[in-house]
Amino acid sequence: MARLAPIDDTAGGSAASGADWLTGWRNGPADSPDDAAGWLGAARTEAAGRFSVRGLPDRRVEDWRYTNLAHLTDLELDWSPAPAEVAKESLPALVFGREAECRLVLVNGQVRPALSTLPALPEGTLLTSLADALASGHPGVADLLKQRVAMDGGALKALNDSWLEDGYVLIVPDGVTVDMPIEILSVGTGGARPPAYQPRNLIVAGAGSRVTVVEHHVGLCIGGYFANLVTDVAAGPEAIVRHCKVQDESREAVHIALLDAALASGAMFDSFCFTLGGRISRNELRVSLDAPGAHCRLNGAYLAGGRQHCDHTTSVDHVAPETHSDQLYKGVLDGRARAVFQGKVTVRPDAQKVEGHQMSRALLLSETAEVNTKPELFIHADDVQCSHGATAGDLDGEALFYLRSRGVPEGQARQLLVEAFLNEAIDAVALAGMRLPLERNVARWMAERPRP
Amino acid sequence: MLEVANLHATVDGRGILNGLDLAVGPGEVHAVMGPNGSGKSTLSYVLSGRDGYEVTEGSVRFGGADLLALEPEERAAAGLFLAFQYPVEIPGVTNMTFLKHAVNGLRVQRGEEELDAMQFLKLVRQKAKALGMSDDMLKRAVNVGFSGGEKKRNEILQMAVLEPTFAVLDETDSGLDIDALKIVADGVNALRGPDRSMLVITHYQRLLDYIVPDRVHVLAGGRIAESGGKELALRLENEGYGAFAEKAAA
Repeated sequence: MARLAPIDDTAGGSAASGADWLTGWRNGPADSPDDAAGWLGAARTEAAGRFSVRGLPDRRVEDWRYTNLAHLTDLELDWSPAPAEVAKESLPALVFGREAECRLVLVNGQVRPALSTLPALPEGTLLTSLADALASGHPGVADLLKQRVAMDGGALKALNDSWLEDGYVLIVPDGVTVDMPIEILSVGTGGARPPAYQPRNLIVAGAGSRVTVVEHHVGLCIGGYFANLVTDVAAGPEAIVRHCKVQDESREAVHIALLDAALASGAMFDSFCFTLGGRISRNELRVSLDAPGAHCRLNGAYLAGGRQHCDHTTSVDHVAPETHSDQLYKGVLDGRARAVFQGKVTVRPDAQKVEGHQMSRALLLSETAEVNTKPELFIHADDVQCSHGATAGDLDGEALFYLRSRGVPEGQARQLLVEAFLNEAIDAVALAGMRLPLERNVARWMAERPRP
Repeated sequence: MLEVANLHATVDGRGILNGLDLAVGPGEVHAVMGPNGSGKSTLSYVLSGRDGYEVTEGSVRFGGADLLALEPEERAAAGLFLAFQYPVEIPGVTNMTFLKHAVNGLRVQRGEEELDAMQFLKLVRQKAKALGMSDDMLKRAVNVGFSGGEKKRNEILQMAVLEPTFAVLDETDSGLDIDALKIVADGVNALRGPDRSMLVITHYQRLLDYIVPDRVHVLAGGRIAESGGKELALRLENEGYGAFAEKAAA
């Protein structure tokens, strides 16, 4: 098994501190049985080389200015954790109050069919593990993966590229509508040492297809683990892909996720991310609006307390004219929590008649909570409508007094106002069945947060 | 019911109320009139317990208790209600949710059972109907996108639902046309009774044609300059506040 340690910090990485941390890390085996077409080994080795040059990003890397991963180097990570024993009964009831109709379960990044509920899906629709798709040499999967692995996306993506072992794969053929939401339950669970896992997920939606994916990330342990996820999405002409993610990892977990979506003409990508868990988390979305009529909506809501750090980073690239993007992120911070919102909107030359809107709003419930907001607009066309805005502040004192003057006790009044604040982002979730469970999560968080 | 004695209050270190005395008995409706800046709104906020209004001297007894020692929600539970001059908009909270939290917040503080969803719905629908308010208005976010008249009517709806024993109406007539004023006044009059007192704060006599007071007080320079019957309001309408403003400045 080849071992790689970063030795070069010229690219601005924290190579010195990364060396010990990487003990046990390896790129995937070159002669792996899943490498039927013979390209995987080379791709993994190339990516491992990219990562070892860069090392873990630190504050000198612009995209990581506000999110410090040094904490990772304190963990003695187990890069090849043995499959964890998980009983189906111990899996949480999740965002849906009932048993999900369709659920694919991953434990520490590995698909576990025995824990999953996999009904028959519409003709031609494939929901499987990356391991199986690679082993069977699925041509669509290999083509997309090859193309995406070759794209430069920063050190953490390179680290994920060097792995390419498992994850979920969802392929919806042209013209097919999948009515039932497809639930992906990703469970993190610790062992003697905190596990590190790096699933690679793919969603391929054919022309005119419609599909909804609900990802739920939970921790079944108190201790930490490191999840480094990459999800590649390709939406064909007029496809509608809805992606709803609830991140409720264990309080000691580090969760770094990158989702990269490419949209063809008239395609719609609707993303909602609800962040509750994790010690350090980052949800990064990159959306490329490649052809006229492509449209994305990126919404997020987050609740962070204690010493939690949560980062939402987006980059929308209006490659083609007549493309449209809308972003709304709202969060509530308590204790010494820190949040980051970085939103980049690029409008390419000749991408006329583009609309791009972005808003970030944070509510700070304590004086020690902090939010860093960095909007970036790069507009190279002239006939465009773009806007961005950011607010950070305390609860509206007038509204609080109004409620109290009507007999609502202060704690309850605060809770009501926080819920109202977040509900604006939650109301935008297209999946109606998700709203109530999300709102319940908000109520639970408010009830459980420590009183000053 | 309410006894205000030698009340002094400051806002940002500025003295606004300077020795105000006022006593309102059970079932009585008193009007407090005065020019802009005389301290009318400060009086309503001090009574309801808003932050930023510091009482430096004097006392307020309410039903025998020390009102100033209570939190705003405790004052509400004791039976006090302030109809706001500028009702606050609360995006994301529907009128129904707002009222439900208020009704049950008061009931819990008073040691009563909370109303269940059906009882509550019945109560609110009945009160809203009496004020000519639609179900649609109840489902909308509190005061968001409401016209001036709708906002004031919403205040009266809250009062009707919460049934306070003492209501302070702070410039409830401001921004209303004559039709809206009549609707609001009818709503207020319907709530008059032997167990409910009211303090009607207004700049203009006009409102008092519809809500006829038992006593009228003129507030000038942060204290009551003159008190009388309802005819005092008519005299002010003719003579203006000029004489009182001079007296207060002197």
